[in-house]
Amino acid sequence: MKIFDHIPALIVAVPLLAAFLAPVVGRINKKAIGIFTLIALAISLIFTIILAFRVFSIGPQVYVFGEKFPSLTLPSGLKFPIRIIFQIDALGIFMGLITAVLSFLAAFYSLAFINKKDITYNYYSLLLLLTVSMFGMVLTGDIFNFFVFFEIASMSSVALICYRGTDFGEPAEAAFKYMVVSSISALMVLFAISIYYGQYDVLNIAALAKAIQYSQLDKIALGILLSVLAMKAGAVPMHMWTPDAYSEAPAPIAMILVAASQVSLYAIFRIVFTLYNIKLNTLTIGWIMIIFGVLSMFVGVTMAIIQKDIKRLIAYNAVSQTGYILLGVGVGLAVLTNPIALQRYGIVAIEGGIFQIINCAIYEGLLFLTAGALFFKTGTRNLDKMGGLAHYMKYTTIFFIIGVAAISGLPPFNGFASKLLIYESVYKFNPLLSIIAMVVSILTLASFIKVFNSAFLGPKLSQFKEVKEVPPSMILAMAVLSCIIIFFGLFPDLIVKNLVHPAVMSLIEQFKYTSTVLGGM
Amino acid sequence: MLGLLETGSGFWSAIVWVILILIIGSIVYYIRNKGEKSYKKNTNQDKPFISGNPETTKEGSHLNENHLYWGFMEALKSYYDPLVKIHTGDINDYSGWIVIITAIILIIVEVRG
Amino acid sequence: MIGNFPYITVMIYIGCGIYILMFQRNLIKLAIGLNLIENGMNLFLITLGYRKGGVAPIYTQAPVGPVMVLPTPQALTLTSIVIGVATSALILSMAMMIYKHYGSIDLDEVRRLRG
Repeated sequence: MKIFDHIPALIVAVPLLAAFLAPVVGRINKKAIGIFTLIALAISLIFTIILAFRVFSIGPQVYVFGEKFPSLTLPSGLKFPIRIIFQIDALGIFMGLITAVLSFLAAFYSLAFINKKDITYNYYSLLLLLTVSMFGMVLTGDIFNFFVFFEIASMSSVALICYRGTDFGEPAEAAFKYMVVSSISALMVLFAISIYYGQYDVLNIAALAKAIQYSQLDKIALGILLSVLAMKAGAVPMHMWTPDAYSEAPAPIAMILVAASQVSLYAIFRIVFTLYNIKLNTLTIGWIMIIFGVLSMFVGVTMAIIQKDIKRLIAYNAVSQTGYILLGVGVGLAVLTNPIALQRYGIVAIEGGIFQIINCAIYEGLLFLTAGALFFKTGTRNLDKMGGLAHYMKYTTIFFIIGVAAISGLPPFNGFASKLLIYESVYKFNPLLSIIAMVVSILTLASFIKVFNSAFLGPKLSQFKEVKEVPPSMILAMAVLSCIIIFFGLFPDLIVKNLVHPAVMSLIEQFKYTSTVLGGM
Repeated sequence: MLGLLETGSGFWSAIVWVILILIIGSIVYYIRNKGEKSYKKNTNQDKPFISGNPETTKEGSHLNENHLYWGFMEALKSYYDPLVKIHTGDINDYSGWIVIITAIILIIVEVRG
Repeated sequence: MIGNFPYITVMIYIGCGIYILMFQRNLIKLAIGLNLIENGMNLFLITLGYRKGGVAPIYTQAPVGPVMVLPTPQALTLTSIVIGVATSALILSMAMMIYKHYGSIDLDEVRRLRG
């Protein structure tokens, strides 16, 4: 069918159109706007799954905007592509699946959670814009297009963090800090892009990967991009905006912000593995990523144990889990030029890192949603004031237990599978890093046992006598995430063989990426 | 069908783990059920033993966040005090960290290729 | 050497912007600092497109002899200017909201989230 050729554009276009139609629908009927958003995001989810089947069976797909056929990249004898190209390989569609599922569940959860009647249509419109920007960042093959979507993401997430800012002051402060950090990050990304453009005159990632030589200016661009994108992803020591932003945002938005931070990690991997590949000194850059990873893991979890606010605790744990991803992929990058080591443990390390991306998104999402359920019913986020809620909210307790077991790496849930891959391969590279990773895992469990004891266990308190269970749409969203956790935990080999391994191979083999656009060497 | 995940140096199978837990759990449950069944409910045999001290109310005996992990934090005070002081919440410090880390990474990438 | 003058101006802009972000305490001054970095980036993009002795890149008046300056950085700069307008609007409205709830826009007072 003709429409299947245009799916990459439709994945971005349908939520964009819905974002601008949402206020109109909101004027007609206040309750319909949630359903309208849900339909638009469901269409995007279906298109993403169809595109995933295509990419995993046929190969990387391209989509050229404005040509006669969507795959005509080099029209009439030109040597480099001149239009904006969406290029989807296995890693791109992997991140696209995470985005699609998480934003659909966030919209489903928001049907019951968001109840301020006068600015509801703002919320749904911005949620759709945030989804559009995240899809655009992972599907695009053009580096300035990436910058534009990056800015759209930062603007919509700032406005969403400030959702309760009309009544309280703290969300406005958190949104201001996030805006400053995000703007510095985006402007420095623009600086690096203009360095590339000034030298090579191309903006397409595949053409740039073919033309790049590792000159002095390229080293400066690589250094700036590494540190600035690591800041946007929440790596220590530039992580201090993370607890403010994640705790003051509404709970479903915090879930999508975790996925947005992981898209910044995707950008680092795209630049280091696909743009430069073996032209840089992989041992140095690999060790830089490993140092970021280890610092993030350790500082994140030790700061998490002493927090009093439940969402700040989960946010510091999110920083710590990002460290695992950086550690795994850093070890794989450090041995990229050594084929024996790459075969023995390098590929397994990168597999562990990429599998950890999807696991982290899902269990962090579940934990944020349960924290949101607690806030929705008790009106407070402070652990001092909560107690004995397991008597009243039974389903929330079960989902919280599943989330805690997944994040601490307890078998048989999915956290254990990805952390096992990271532990075993990093041990062969350097045993000390693996031991630090295991200690961090135990401290993660310690911080969540504190939350469980303060909030859920204990006798029935009198101030919570009218607390009932949360509405069914919130329970359904949490239940879907729990089912995904259990499924990924029981059958990890299906996920690793079909989803993660093609993504890792598409990162390591750079020539497949360039030859799809430029048509052979 | 067994869900084997191959790491580089071994394998992990969650389904075998779950089956083993069910088998061992049922053996434990069987041994536990052979215990003492005769005790008198709602007498002193049922109440918790707190060394003869008077029992406070059920509500007053809940340990909330202030009391938990106090020993951990006191023991590591020399690590935690500088760490919490670094997290100031000040935007000038956030920009300062970015500039410092970018400078360090640029120097490392310049020197060691 | 005189041809490098725009690049030196870019460095001064970005340097001033980063200095303001690191050492000034007023929220409105931080928004101004962010705008200075933005202006530096736009100037950098435009300067990259210049070719020596070039004329304006208009398609219907394509010159036979002298070259045209590159039109692509001009499109990129327009995009960046629009993004800068939206960023400034959003960050100033955040500053207004902070003033409404905290009563002051000095960074020493606006520090309830820490630790």
